[in-house]
This record gives sequence, C-alpha cells and structure tokens, in this order.
Amino acid sequence: MNKILVLFAHPKYEKSRANQAMVRNLPKDPFITFHDLYEKYPNFNVDVDYEQKLLSEHQIIVWHHPFFWYSAPPLMKQWIDMVLDFGWAYGPGGNALEGKLIFNAITSGGPREVYHSEGYNRYTVGEFLAPFNQTAKLCKMTYLPPFALQGTHRMTQEDLNKKATLFGTLLHKMIYEEFDVEELQRYAFLDEWVEEVNKEIK
Amino acid sequence: MVGGFLSQALIYLAAAIVCVPVAKKLGMGSVLGYLLAGILIGPFLLGFIGNEGKDIMHFAEFGVVMMLFLIGLELEPAHIWRMRQLIAGMGTLQLFGTAILLFLGASLLGFHWQAALSIALALSMSSTAIVLQSLKEKGLMQTAAGSSSFAVLLFQDISVIPILAFLPLIAFAGPAVANHANHTLLENFPGWMKTVAVILSVALVILAGRYIIVPLLRLIAKTHLRELFTASALLIVFAIAFLMELVGLSPALGTFLAGVVLANSEYRHELESDLEPFKGLLLGLFFIAVGASINFELVGHNTMQVFLIVAVTMFVKALVLFLTGKVFELKFDQNLLFAIGLSQVGEFAFVLFSFINELNIISTDWMNLLMAATAISMTITPLLLLINEKIIQPRLSKIDSTIEEERASEITNGKHRVVIAGFSHFGSTIGRFLRANRIECTILDNDSDQVDLLRKMGFQVHYGDATRADLMESAGAQEAEILIIAINDPVTTARVAEMAKKHFPNLEIMVRAQDRFEAYEIMDLGLRNIYRDTIDTSIRLGVDVLKKLGFRSYTATRAGQNFFKYDEEALWRLAKSRHDMKQYISDVKQEIAWQEEILSGDQHSHSPHADHAWDSEIIREAINKQ
Repeated sequence: MNKILVLFAHPKYEKSRANQAMVRNLPKDPFITFHDLYEKYPNFNVDVDYEQKLLSEHQIIVWHHPFFWYSAPPLMKQWIDMVLDFGWAYGPGGNALEGKLIFNAITSGGPREVYHSEGYNRYTVGEFLAPFNQTAKLCKMTYLPPFALQGTHRMTQEDLNKKATLFGTLLHKMIYEEFDVEELQRYAFLDEWVEEVNKEIK
Repeated sequence: MVGGFLSQALIYLAAAIVCVPVAKKLGMGSVLGYLLAGILIGPFLLGFIGNEGKDIMHFAEFGVVMMLFLIGLELEPAHIWRMRQLIAGMGTLQLFGTAILLFLGASLLGFHWQAALSIALALSMSSTAIVLQSLKEKGLMQTAAGSSSFAVLLFQDISVIPILAFLPLIAFAGPAVANHANHTLLENFPGWMKTVAVILSVALVILAGRYIIVPLLRLIAKTHLRELFTASALLIVFAIAFLMELVGLSPALGTFLAGVVLANSEYRHELESDLEPFKGLLLGLFFIAVGASINFELVGHNTMQVFLIVAVTMFVKALVLFLTGKVFELKFDQNLLFAIGLSQVGEFAFVLFSFINELNIISTDWMNLLMAATAISMTITPLLLLINEKIIQPRLSKIDSTIEEERASEITNGKHRVVIAGFSHFGSTIGRFLRANRIECTILDNDSDQVDLLRKMGFQVHYGDATRADLMESAGAQEAEILIIAINDPVTTARVAEMAKKHFPNLEIMVRAQDRFEAYEIMDLGLRNIYRDTIDTSIRLGVDVLKKLGFRSYTATRAGQNFFKYDEEALWRLAKSRHDMKQYISDVKQEIAWQEEILSGDQHSHSPHADHAWDSEIIREAINKQ
C-alpha cells in the first residue's frame, strides 16, 4: 500500500469553489496526508527539514494547485526551490526521492478544449506542465499525467462535486489497488483513466 | 440584641444554604428554594422565626429595587423606546382586563364597589421579583415571553403611582383617617406642585446619571479601592430610592430609570457585578420572608376560601394574560410561559392590602386572608413554571423556536467572540486590527483615564478589573471564544490568566508577555499562546539594520524570520532550566552559540538551514570537484 502526500497551494482557498470541492471529497484515510502550504507558511518561510521528512514518508506525491498563469502559485515554486535541495533530491548523492510517483492535480477556469495547438491557449496542459515533469525526472521520480478539473467557470456545484469525487477515487485506487504505471502514462489525464475504469466496472 | 441578630442571620443563611441547592438540584430553581426555606423556618413549621417576617420583607423588598436597577443597566434607552408599544399595549390590556374581571367577581361576592375595585387592582399586580428572577435563572429573558413579561411588569410598576394616589379618593372615611403608606414630603402640597416635583425628580435622575454619577465613578475608580466603588454603587441606588420615596414615586421605577441612563456608560459591567450579590441576597431574603409570612393557621381555618381565592385569581390572571399574548401574536409555547409566569399576585399587593385596610376599605380579616392568598400564589408560580417547563413544553415540541429566538437575540445583544483585557497601546492596536477585519471585541480596562480617552475615540471600552470572574462573566466571557490578555503588569496578567483558566475553560487564552521571564511565568500556568512584547519589533529593527548595511532586503527578511523562529523554540527549551540560575545561564550561552552557527548562513557548514535554494556556489564547487 502506498502513502500519498497531497501538497496543496492556493492563496485564496476560501474563495475557490473547485478546490474546496476537491478537498472536501478527499477520503478520510490514514494513508493520505493533506498538507496545506499557504496555511502552514504564510511567510513563505518553508521548513525544509520538515518537508523533506514528509516527502520521505510518502510514496506518491501530488502537487495540488490552481493553474494560475499556466503554472502553480508562487508558494508552490518556493517549496520546489527550497525543498528539492541539491545533494538531497538531485545532484551527486541526491537520491532521496528516487522511485517515487508524482503528478499535478490542477483546476482551471477554461475548459480542456482551449488547451490545444488550435485552441485559444495554444499549448496542451501537458506541455505547460513540462517544468514539473522535468523536475520530477531530475529528482529520479516517475512523473504521471495530471489530474485536471477544468472549465470550472461554467460548472455548477453539482458538476464540480461529481468531478471532484473522481480525485478521491483516484487516490483511493492508488493506495489500495495494483496499477500499471506505464498504462497510466499512456493517458493525457489521470481523470480520464479513472472515468474509464469506472465505466468498465459498471 | 447582638445574639438575636446573629442567631437570626444564622437561621436565614443556613436555611437558604440548605434549601436552595436542594431545590436547584431538583430542577426547581432558586426562587422556590428560598420560598420553601421560608415556610420551613416560619412560625408554623419549625418556628425559628416569628412574626417579624413582615419587617424583614419590608427591608428585603429593597432587593427588588436593586434588581430593577440591574435590569435597567442591561437595557439601553433605545431598546426601551423600541419596546414602548409592548409596554403600553400589553400593560394596559393586562391590567384593565384583569382588574375588570376581578372587580366583577368581587362584586358578586358581595363586596362594596370600593372594596371590590381596590382588591381587584391589588390582585392584578404580578411579582416582579419572582418572574424576573425565574426567567433570568432559566435564561429566558431574551425570548418573546421574557420581553413581554418584562413589558407588563414595567407597566404595572408605573401604574402603581396613580393607583396609590387614586385609592384615598374612594375611601369611605375620607382622607383625614387615611394614613398614607409612605409619608412623602409633598403630602400637603396641591396636586400641580406634586406633578412638578415628580417631573423634576425624574429629570434629576436622568441628568445626574449623565453628568454627576459617571464623573463621580470615574473619580472613585481612580482611587483603585474596590470597596469604595461598591459603596458608590450602593449609594447611587439608595440615593435614588430615597429621592423617589420623597416625592411619592416607586423606588424601583426610579432606580430602573437610573439603570437605563447608565446602561451606555463604561461602568456598566462593574456596577452590575458589584451589586449582583447584594441583589441576590436581598431577593433571597425577600422570598424567605414571603414563605415565612404565610399564615397557615388562618389558611387552615379557611381552607376552602383561600383555595378559591388563589385558584380563581390565578386562573383569571392567566386567562387575561393568555388573551393579551394572543393579541400580540405570541407563539403558543411562549404565550403559555408568559401567562403562567405572571399569574401570581405580586409583592406589591402586600403594600396595597395594608394600605386599603388602613383606609378602612376592607376589614383586617379579609386583609389577612388576601395576603395569605398572595403569598401562596407566589409560592405556587415557580411550581407551575416547573410543570410547564418539564411536562407541558416538551409535549409542544415547539421548543426549537424558543432556542432559535434565543440565538437570534444573543447575536443582536452584541456578545462578542473576543474579549480583550487591557487596552493600552498594545491592546488597542489589536482592537483596531480586529475591527478593521470586522471582528468586534468586548474591551475591559481598569485605567479610568484610558477608558475615558478611548471612549471619546469611539471604542466600546468598559471599565473593570479583569481579575474578577464575575466581571468577566458580565463581559460575556462565558459565550466568547478568545480572551486576549494585553495587560501591562505581569502580576495582574498572571492573575487574569489563572482566573480565566479556572472559570472559563471554554476560552482560548492568548497572552502578552513583556519579556522572556514573564513568558516563563505564563508557561508555568500551562498556557501556550504567548506573545512577547518586544521580540518582533527588535528583530524588525535588526532586519532594517542589515538592509542599511547593504544586505539584500529578502535575505535580511529571511534571516529575521529564521531568527524569530529559533528564538521561540529556544524559549521553550530554556523554560525547563530557568529555575536553576546556573544551569540557565550555561544553557543560554549554549543556545546563543548554536543559534549563531545555524543562522549564520554559512554555505560551507552544510547546515540544512542555510539557504541553498537560490545559491549556485555549492553546485559549482561540486562540479569542479568531479
């Protein structure tokens, strides 16, 4: 069984319908650690020792954040800058994260279709997330496709909840069920994989 | 007589201490407990006290006066103004409705119309003492039934004045024989002068409240002698009561008025908690005296008669009250509470009965009977309320609405979630910050100059000593979530913290400490939220020094953040060794050395705490080594 660390960063969580829905629908599970970065480090003074200890206690890491300006809010970047230390996460002797799985769980106001070479945003979500992908690679982790809750501007609360439960289901499967990493990597989004598996069960 | 006084005090206090807790334990409320204690020690059961009960009742009635002062303190003038329709409307309906019905009844019994009318008026009065005390104890004052009851009682208190003036006019014997119950200064003056005097004295109370009492209290508060403040509180009440008696007004009404005038003052909480025990004791004594005054011998001889008087009177009163409640659209459960609660005959009837007996309107036998009936009806009320509460109301299953109303009134009553004790610069900054974020606080300070100044600046500051649990309670500590102790003096801080921990376990306590040593003291009390006065400021200054010396702003800021963090942690470590001064000094030295090392930001130390994040020097070194 895997332990999952959800690193969550939202500077105005109390106003975010989508992220509230996702957090609310997280299973209450001793194998899931929900870590609210803006709550813990309002001064951006990330406690490196503590974060590194947390990382080593978990097998699966989630960067959970809104897709602000095609990227993560600044505290998430601060966290990456400070915690993924040379000689610990990468570089000579930096093997602490080796073999762990990591992926982004994001929310975006615009729908999935506009993230396309022909669309309004010109690049796919996967392309925008390239820096995270490569960060994972440099730290010898396995990067998985993102879980993305998109088009939130036009979604009703009910739709949001429905989508948000998929995130909970995903985490649950990753803790308790065997899954093939390479199979997951064939999907563009993890939520598509969960939806497909759900359908097969039905 | 000393022995007599002591033994009497012993009997009263012992009876109260035995009976009241038992009554409370049985869910009967303290009023019934006192009444039963009175019956127990009265001349007809144990006989510890004889017929002096009546005199004691007279004296103890002062408790009612104090109670109305305290009630006035809790009501702002604007609040009374909003209640004006309730007071006038419900009051008139209740008083006239009851009086007319009882008048008809008494006339049927064969009384002369004069006697019937005066008896009816006397029986129409309800007991302010019993009703308000019971409602307060059950926390029902803010409900619809509570405010309706209060409105009716207030109207009755007001109407006592014209009734007292009116009765001699209908007396058989004429005014010459009539011996006015209270000798007033104005007895021989013509009517218009009396009216002028009454208006003047009411104006005097209002003006004194504004321009004499508050400055006086301010002066007294500056002496920091608690007993002197208590004495002034008592003096205010006594003086007003005296003035009212002088011009023939009800003292209770006068003190109520003074209370309302002082409701907006900063001394409200202090006055409340100073007078509360006196009021409680006097009321208790009053109830005991009522219980003791029931003449069981007389009742025994005229069982049927007394029973009928009590039953019919209470039934008629409750009926009229219920209809009044219906007119004013009280919900059924509230209306029931209202009607049952006010159905007894009040303490004022004692005065009226002896008055009309002196006027020769009724015979002494009838007076005694009616007085016994009054006392019995007062004793029955708490029982009826108990039955209503335990048996009737649960079946109505409408209790939710009461709770909802209570909640709503709590919010409008302005109980705040945060209480700040000490409002010097430290506390007032917190207050301003919270207010800017729409969190209102209840603020207590015992420096009267400071309170005065802050009030002028628009802060709702109350004068009061935060070390006192009773005062904190009137400031709403029971309902609040957070207590901020921002007091300058370490000794007081510790006392407040200790008191709050003991009496208000619901409160999250956040304490200001002036320095490290005060912080240790507070830690010893088991508190965790400790804020040292100067630490943030001195680090902030230090950060600015670094900047002026050429450090980059972000680097200096981070250094400051880290320093703060480690200093706080060190505080907790050092707290353990502080009792041994030698050990403490050596520990401090070690901490400082350690702190300097880890905070030096020396990249070569490979300390995990040095900021590697944005520094490529280590990477370059590593590459060069390969």
